[in-house]
Amino acid sequence: MNTASSGALQRFFDSDMWWSFRRSPLTVAAAAVTVVFFLAALLAPWIAPFNPFDPRSLNLMDAFTPPAWSEGGTARHLLGTDNQGRDMLSAIMYGCRVSLMIGLAAIVFSVSTGVLLGLLAGFRGGWVDSLIMRVADIQLTVPAILIALTLDGVARVALPKNVHDQVAIWVLVLSIGFAYWPQFARVTRATTLAEKNKDYVNAARIIGVPGIAIAIRHVLPNALGPVLVIATIELALAIIAEASLSYLGVGMPPTQPSLGTLIRIGNAFLFSGEWWIVIFPALALVILSLAVNLLGDWLRDALNPRLR
Amino acid sequence: MFMKKIAAASAAALLMFSAAEAKTLRWASQGDALTLDPHAQNEGPTGAMNQHIYDPLIQRNPKLEKVPNLALSWKPISADTWEFKLRPNVKFSDGSALTAEDVVFSYQRALQPTSDFRAYISSVKEVKAVDPLTVHIVTNGPNPILPDYTTSIYIMSKAWAEKNNVTKPQNYKDKEETFAVRNAMGTGPYMVKQRDPDVRTVLVKNPTFWGKDQFPGMPDEIVYTPIKEPATRVAALISGQVDFVLDAPLQDIARIKQTAGLKTVETAQVRSIFLGLDMGSPELKYSDVKGKNPFADKRVRQAMYRAIDVNAIKQKVMRNFSASAGLITSPGVHGYTPALDQRLKYDVAAAKKLMADAGYPNGFGVTLDCPNDRYNNDEQICQAVVGMLAQIGIKVDLQARSKTLHFPKLQKKDSSFYLLGWGVPTLDSHYVFTFLYQTSDAAKKVGGWNFTGYSNAKVDELSDGMLKEVDQAKRDKMVADAWAQVVADMPYLPLHHQLIVWAMKDGVDMPIFPNDSPNFKYARMK
Repeated sequence: MNTASSGALQRFFDSDMWWSFRRSPLTVAAAAVTVVFFLAALLAPWIAPFNPFDPRSLNLMDAFTPPAWSEGGTARHLLGTDNQGRDMLSAIMYGCRVSLMIGLAAIVFSVSTGVLLGLLAGFRGGWVDSLIMRVADIQLTVPAILIALTLDGVARVALPKNVHDQVAIWVLVLSIGFAYWPQFARVTRATTLAEKNKDYVNAARIIGVPGIAIAIRHVLPNALGPVLVIATIELALAIIAEASLSYLGVGMPPTQPSLGTLIRIGNAFLFSGEWWIVIFPALALVILSLAVNLLGDWLRDALNPRLR
Repeated sequence: MFMKKIAAASAAALLMFSAAEAKTLRWASQGDALTLDPHAQNEGPTGAMNQHIYDPLIQRNPKLEKVPNLALSWKPISADTWEFKLRPNVKFSDGSALTAEDVVFSYQRALQPTSDFRAYISSVKEVKAVDPLTVHIVTNGPNPILPDYTTSIYIMSKAWAEKNNVTKPQNYKDKEETFAVRNAMGTGPYMVKQRDPDVRTVLVKNPTFWGKDQFPGMPDEIVYTPIKEPATRVAALISGQVDFVLDAPLQDIARIKQTAGLKTVETAQVRSIFLGLDMGSPELKYSDVKGKNPFADKRVRQAMYRAIDVNAIKQKVMRNFSASAGLITSPGVHGYTPALDQRLKYDVAAAKKLMADAGYPNGFGVTLDCPNDRYNNDEQICQAVVGMLAQIGIKVDLQARSKTLHFPKLQKKDSSFYLLGWGVPTLDSHYVFTFLYQTSDAAKKVGGWNFTGYSNAKVDELSDGMLKEVDQAKRDKMVADAWAQVVADMPYLPLHHQLIVWAMKDGVDMPIFPNDSPNFKYARMK
């Protein structure tokens, strides 16, 4: 077991991917930043200096403290505090947690839906294929953010407010996830169409392997590369989509803010000079989505032999 | 001859010029009028919009003095009857003439069960048209302050209401839609040209307005746009998209003052912000305490009162644009005294002890309902309160909503704990008692905004009594006694009196109204 896994690791270090990764300092930097963000988000409850969402820890008199290095700042609050006296650094760490969780969950949802529908369309063909792909085409003509906005709006009307606040995170996951499935369905279908008449698939079929098994064990692995590339890039898009929705006030409620919610709160203080309340969460969002995007770019290049 | 020609030509040119230069005043604030029905909702911005279309008998000028409006004069003619002489030759904007019958109709309409103005005129027994220009209002016993209450009762056309089937006010809390909700026709300075609720409302000058000569410089057109986001509102003013902002965000006042071409005017407002507690229900609807009501225990209310640091709210949330309050009424209102307007000292340790004495050493959970587009920084006040009450163990779940959802929720008595603000359009304490403190009683038309379940027979009696008492000294004593009683009973937790700041372009001349209700016929555009 141990040797097998270390062998796999060795294979990875010997691979072209690792080589192209090491050769690109930008990618290494992006990966490092992404890891830092993921760790900060994951470990926020243990490493954040404060729990900004425990109202007992707040003191309104701490509100509007500027960052530590400017006049009036304290070392207690490195990036300053917001209008409620919440520590900005801690709020951003917790906000990343919410943003990343929604982004990842939305992508898992859209990958599973998209891949499943893509496989089905590719294998079945005929009217099933037409139906799924036309629906995907129609959905692709509508901007993803609009779909997410619509779904979230419907949930907002259908659910009472206190219930909605509790399930807000899942409403967002579903609405963002639903907006991105067509990409995955298209890629999976294309791969399926290319592979399904190849000899090894026919051989499997002749020896009586059931259709589902062929789809999952033989055809699907071919689609995973492109799906992974799209998933990484769409993760950045999903994080931005979530931030946009929260910024518009239809995403996460202020009691469990994501980065977008923090930016929305800070927006009210742009004119009055308390810039740190909006700039730091905005910077965090920009850096995080840029890093994930760069990783996705690199992954695309590394997995596409024609670009090498 | 030549001179005459020049004079004629320049007069014509001037006319064309002024016709081309129609003066439009574009203004913004955070929330829209809830309805155009003048009797459906007793709410500040709703009244502020409707006063441009409908006229009351007596109106308040920018100093809040009573000035003749549709009534030229008023006097008591017997112990229980007031006589109002109407202004002659007043026409509605559809051209029909105003008569005493319209006044009678409007008062009867404002007394209907769906009216939100019944408490204003609960003492009214009968309204009689004596002749086309004379109205007698007969009250149950004497009512020395009736003229103050008429300033909020707008006069509609009886014929128009009958034609459009709106003889009853809209039932707002059940979201009834009637013709009068989006259409309005009155004797006021403006007419409705366009009404898109929550989007845009355009009013144009009413050509038949009786006060054309009295207000010659008033703007030709008023465009109102609600802009909920505070930063957007300021941006709109700075970039010149609007000329006037009623509620510039307090954090941005300094910035607006520094901006060339913009100015601000400020004044203490007749409005107090407070928290209401459902102390009457056997069990709170939105709390984790079951089988009993923690708010029924005065020690709990007192603990919450003492745990709230109003000075911190004033400094950090209100940017010093507030004055801490111990009374739900402000300086300038009859019956207000600085001695009563003192808060209990902020003392968390004492508050914790009170909670423990009351049997809640570990606190409890409760939901706080808060508007987010009604009062200055309302949602932020609530957020601050959440943090402060957490210090004594009360876990508050904050539910902030638009006022269009918040007020109906309160009116359905569907809240355990809420934020509310109260202005006093009559400038007399009775208004506060009759709406907020009297036992809620639809048949008696009192207690319409008392959502606390508070009921004290002594307060009810004093409130009813002060409405009828004509001896000023006796009446003042009743008012003072009533205040002392409700301050001791503590059904509400007062927070602060608002200071208001109006921001506008230098080219707009607009006197500030301490009731925060701009009447743009007083505006001048340069």
